[in-house]
Amino acid sequence: MTVISAKNLDLTFETNDGPVHALKGVDLDIKQGDFVSFIGPSGCGKTTFLRVMADLEQPTGGEITVNGVSPRAAREARAYGYVFQAAGLYPWRTIGGNIRLPLEIMGVPKAEQAARVARVLELVELGGFEKKFPWQLSGGMQQRASIARALAFDADLLLMDEPFGALDEIVRDHLNEQLLKLWERTGKTIAFVTHSIPEAVYLSTKIVVMSPRPGRITDVIESTLPRERPLDIRDSAEFLKIAHRVREGLRAGHSDEG
Amino acid sequence: MMVALACVVWVAGWWVNVRLANGPAGDARWVKMLVPAIFGLTVLMMWELLVRGFGISPILLPPPSAIGVRLAGEVPTLWADFRQTVLKGALTGYLAGMVAAFAVAVLADRSEFLTRGILPVGSFMAALPIVGTAPILVKWLGSGWESKAAVVAVMVFFPILVNTVAGLKDTSAMQRDLMRTYAAGYWATLFKLRLPAALPFMFNGLKIATTLALIGAIVAEFFGSPTVGMGFRISTSFGQLALDMLWAEIVVAALAGSGFYGLVVWLEKRVTFWHPSQR
Amino acid sequence: MKSVVPVLTVVLAVLGIWLLAVVPMNMHLVADQAQRSGVAVQPDTARERQEVSGLALALRNPGIIAQTYTAKRPRLPSPHQVAGEMYETIFEKRITSKRSLVYHGWVTLAPTLLGFVIGTGLGIMLAVGIVYSRVMDRSVMPWAIVSQTIPIVALAPMVIVVLGSMGVQGLLPKALIAAYLSFFPVVVGMVKGLRSPSAMQLDLMRTYNASSSQGFWALRLPASTPYLFTSLKIGISASLVGTIVAELPSPVKAGFGGRMLVGDQYGQPLVSWAALFAAALTAAALVGVFSAIERATLRRMGMAPV
Repeated sequence: MTVISAKNLDLTFETNDGPVHALKGVDLDIKQGDFVSFIGPSGCGKTTFLRVMADLEQPTGGEITVNGVSPRAAREARAYGYVFQAAGLYPWRTIGGNIRLPLEIMGVPKAEQAARVARVLELVELGGFEKKFPWQLSGGMQQRASIARALAFDADLLLMDEPFGALDEIVRDHLNEQLLKLWERTGKTIAFVTHSIPEAVYLSTKIVVMSPRPGRITDVIESTLPRERPLDIRDSAEFLKIAHRVREGLRAGHSDEG
Repeated sequence: MMVALACVVWVAGWWVNVRLANGPAGDARWVKMLVPAIFGLTVLMMWELLVRGFGISPILLPPPSAIGVRLAGEVPTLWADFRQTVLKGALTGYLAGMVAAFAVAVLADRSEFLTRGILPVGSFMAALPIVGTAPILVKWLGSGWESKAAVVAVMVFFPILVNTVAGLKDTSAMQRDLMRTYAAGYWATLFKLRLPAALPFMFNGLKIATTLALIGAIVAEFFGSPTVGMGFRISTSFGQLALDMLWAEIVVAALAGSGFYGLVVWLEKRVTFWHPSQR
Repeated sequence: MKSVVPVLTVVLAVLGIWLLAVVPMNMHLVADQAQRSGVAVQPDTARERQEVSGLALALRNPGIIAQTYTAKRPRLPSPHQVAGEMYETIFEKRITSKRSLVYHGWVTLAPTLLGFVIGTGLGIMLAVGIVYSRVMDRSVMPWAIVSQTIPIVALAPMVIVVLGSMGVQGLLPKALIAAYLSFFPVVVGMVKGLRSPSAMQLDLMRTYNASSSQGFWALRLPASTPYLFTSLKIGISASLVGTIVAELPSPVKAGFGGRMLVGDQYGQPLVSWAALFAAALTAAALVGVFSAIERATLRRMGMAPV
């Protein structure tokens, strides 16, 4: 089943220095259960594409459907959870309170709220941290809480915008592993924007390489790695081959504007 | 003789403070409280000594000891004045002005147009000097505490409004986007995100307003008051040349002012415990 | 300039409400006056009229509503009455006349400006002292902050009389009150500003082995400019308020404060209202001047607010 379908998607900004083609002629299908990474240099449109899926930006041309309906309808039906680059937790609420935030807004009954909060905290391995405040947690833990918040209302689609970008490599590796385990357990569809080639190759079933000016897709790579991946698969020949292909795609896109 | 003693006191106090502030315990909490206390005490002692030494008439400037005696002796009157001016006049007006300011801020928040229109007009109204607005309000509302409360409400309205509006605007794009992904409506976003985020700004306004409230209530009483109230007592004590009573009222006003301010600061610490400035 | 339309809209709305409020506020007065000149008024005794609200009175006596806008001693003057009085006393009186608002404006403005200069000058010096001397910081700064919570304005009239009895009269005592009121806000604001450079920038100065004086002129002082302007604006408003309050006890009722009192005591509300608005306009103009200087200066320094 196709969850996201984009056909000939265009997004052009009018600026003082002329039009900026953030997205041009983007065609992509994302199927149920896919883990799709978007990778490319700054300005290639990967975050913009994610935001269009989330109805945080409106395209200026082409078509896009989410779960078969317009992004706006999907947003109003609360069809996805969004994870930003920064955790963005409210400092005046406890971790539990932060996770309850979408549940309160969506009118989930109080008894059920407590159960859901406990469940998602277990999923991200933050069980027992409900009463703590965000500033009492490390950066990695805050980001995990942010992911838990996105999972709380059981949307089948997860949109993640460079969620681990601000964290150091060791924490990042650990969170990558956890995210993959989570994906396996829940079977969600995940669209993931990243700057890091190893991260993209490690996590995804499909890697979308993009390049800037105009923002477009230069390569779509179907990953040949098995679904179950221990961390040291990153040293395997298969992994390196895919990473190499990604790097070539990036370089090609980069030299295009030479 | 007294004058020489005053100089000695000043030098001694300063020397003690220099040793304390620059010494090894310079950053300790108790030192931070002791140094200004010593400074204040030094000033008080010098005041006492200089007034006696130069033989300044008590009608001009009474020594602190005389003021202290009056303070102790006139507690019932001072308390009645406090009740009238601070509790009935200043506090009521403060709360009324605060509620009105919050309501207008939320209203202005719904409309960029309104915000741009209200702020300059409000700042003009804030510039209306109290010496002018007080007599008018007394004429309209009589000389009871109600007119004083009205003066205070008008004075505190604008600072609280400006700070609340600024606070409501202070959410990052990312947090507003998060609310959009939850398809949260205006009111949900207001109560769950923007009001809590605006609290630090609102408290800024509330703190400024405490000083204005007290000034407003006291000065308003210069223009008409029943025979009770701090402003009333100040102007009549002055007329009777009972300057020690006047200063006693000033001391009460100072205590009331710092007390009120301190109360709001305490509330701020409890409510905005999460803000970096409080941690 | 895009604020012009919203501001005008709000101003017109306020004027509209004002115009409407004139009727119920002045109705009782006008009804009494009308009855004295022989017009039939409903209800006909003053006592009965007191039971009725201004609005009800207006509805029952529509014929005399127009007079509420031209009453000689209105409870709420109509906007055109206030404007008329202001126009007359600003443009149609000689500047040296005791009834000219321009004359009174100067009487208030002179000590305000003088006091402001003194208060700001001393305030900046104390701020520098607090930032560079630990002892001063620890002993004086807490009092500077506390003093803002004490209603010193209440003392102003007394200080004037005390100084007067010591032979210090006229411009100086009022200027001293104005100076005092602007002093502490300037101290607190400037201290914040002089301390605003980040630890990183201060460390950089240390790596250059810059002296305190070099650090002050090259880093602290420029960094404090936005805070300085905020303090100046607060200071000038405080100075104006102080001067006006200080005019209260003077037997010669001069200046804006004096005029407000005269109008109040001699039953000439138009004089009070005109002085009130003139004072507010002066305050707004002074703050406006400083805002313009602030924008120009910050722009030149590349620190213009976003």
